[in-house]
Parts: sequence; C-alpha cells; structure tokens
Amino acid sequence: MKRENRQAFKKGVRNGIPIALGYFAVAFALGITAANSGLTAFQATLASLTNNASAGEYAGFTVIAAGAGYLEMVVMQIVANARYLLMSFAMSQKIPQDMKLHHRLFVAFDLTDEIFGISIAEPGKLNPYFSYGAFSVAIPGWSLGTCLGVIMGNVLPLNVVSALSVGLFGMFIAIVVPVTKKNKILLGIVLVSMALSFAFYKIPVFGGISSGTKTIILTVVIALAAAILFPVKEDEKNAE
Amino acid sequence: MQNNVYIYIGIMALVTYLMRVLPMTIFRKEIKNKTIRSFLYYVPYVTLTVMTFPAILEATGSVWSGLAALVVGVIIAWKGGSLLVVSVVSCAVVFVIEMFIL
Repeated sequence: MKRENRQAFKKGVRNGIPIALGYFAVAFALGITAANSGLTAFQATLASLTNNASAGEYAGFTVIAAGAGYLEMVVMQIVANARYLLMSFAMSQKIPQDMKLHHRLFVAFDLTDEIFGISIAEPGKLNPYFSYGAFSVAIPGWSLGTCLGVIMGNVLPLNVVSALSVGLFGMFIAIVVPVTKKNKILLGIVLVSMALSFAFYKIPVFGGISSGTKTIILTVVIALAAAILFPVKEDEKNAE
Repeated sequence: MQNNVYIYIGIMALVTYLMRVLPMTIFRKEIKNKTIRSFLYYVPYVTLTVMTFPAILEATGSVWSGLAALVVGVIIAWKGGSLLVVSVVSCAVVFVIEMFIL
C-alpha cells in the first residue's frame, strides 16, 4: 500500500471508531427487532453484513414480520433508503473524477449516514482508503451488535428489552431533529408527517394496510407535496 | 406459502446497494431538476418521522414510557446530542420509568 493510502486508511480507522461504538449499541436494538420479526441470529447478521442500513433494515424486518410480498419489499427499500441516492450523487462530486471503477463499487458498499458525514467533512477529494479504514471498524461494529442483539435479546429481562427497543427510534430522532431546528419548513413538514401518520394509524378505514405500505404512501405523498410547495433553495442546502 | 427469509434479505441488500452505487458510478453530473432534488432532500426526514411516530408509543411496555422516550429524545437532540447519546438516553428513560414509576 502506498504511503499516502496507508495514512488515509489510518485516519479512516480513527474517525470510524466512535461511529463503530454507536453502531454497536444501535445494532443491538436492531437485533432485538430482528428477533421479534422471526429472524435467526445468522439471518439478522447476514442482513447487517450485506445491508449496513439502520432504517432500511428496520423497515425490511417489519416487511418480513408482516409476511408481505417481495414487491412490497423492493418499494419499501427504495423509500427507506432513498437518501442514499442523494448521498451517492454528492459523493460522485467528492471522489476524484478519475477514480477507478472497483474503488467506486467498494466505497458505495458502506455509504451510511455517518460515514457519508465523515467523508464529506474530509478536506479535498476523497481517498478511497479513508473509506476502507472507516469500514474496517464500522462494519464489524454493526454486524456484531446485530448478532448479539438477537442472541441476548432473548436472554435479557423484559424491562431491559423494552428499554432497548426505543434505541433505533432514538437514532432516527437524532437525525431528524437537528435539521428541523435550522429549517423551519422542514419542521412544519415533520409535524404534518407526525399528524398524518397518527391519523393513518387511528382511522379504521386504513386498518387493512400494512405499516410498510403506510410508510411508503405517506413518504411519497408528503415529500412530493413538499417538493412542489417548498422547493429547496440551493444555498440552504449548502449551508448545512 | 411462507416467503423465504433469504430472498427477502437478498432483495434488501441488492436494492440498498444499487441506490448507493448507481449515482456514484453512472452519473458524474448533478441533477438539475429542482423538484426531484427537493423531493430527494425531503424523503429521508419524512420516512424516519412516520416510521418513528406513532410506532415508538407501542414499542415499549407502556404508551407512557414510549412517549417519555420520544419527548426526552427530541429535547436532547434539539440541544445537540449525538446519535449515540440520544439513543442511549431514550433507552434509559424507558428503563427508569418502567422500573420506578409504572
């Protein structure tokens, strides 16, 4: 490995360690969800190793638990992971224009919210070995946490499991809230989303629709309406 | 007929990877369409919100502990708490409430 690549790898490991620790705790909660959805420790660990996506995996497990169709799974994954499309577009500007295809294919594999965050924060163009360094700690943290969550979730007392089951929601809250603080339009959109989601849940007419389908319908309708009514100004996004 | 879990996991992995890899490998220019850009920008926040609420109220042993976790989580996130801190404190709130109050 070239000297500069080795340096980048080391820096990636260093920046990846706090992410890996956070992943371990959140993945543990995800493992409990997986177990409740009927997955074995092997299946859940396989899902985490191949997906590396908190919201996507959580959404996927609800689809599995409901025994819904494969097509619903495809649509659900597109909706739950739509943000990665945006991040991947942003990354295409961040990596060197001449980056080799195999590096592009590998760097995309673990493009999570957090790793996207530290990658974009790197000065200049991204060295793929920085990503590989971060992956080398983040992927084991995520997979191991999921595996232990499935195994220990069955052994732990009920009140501990009950407490850990909000861990993932806590992470979702931590992603959404800081942005609503800076963007009042987004705050309004989040409040409307909560109200409509609650209404969908309460109104008996919608009782026959699975929770995954509700998520898809609400997301597409609300985000599309918001995009038409409140198009994002470029300088707002750059200010983030 | 029971659907196969491994096919589900395969679909999850494939779709997730395609969303991450396609723009980075195929498109080298930014999307210009303002509505599509705005839509993609809003999607994650709406998805996370509708997945969290009202599901968080049913995730725990009681509606009240779930509600407390939501309120405390929002306050800490508003104050600038990291993903890990918000996540751990939400769990602790549920644990304490179910242990000592309910």
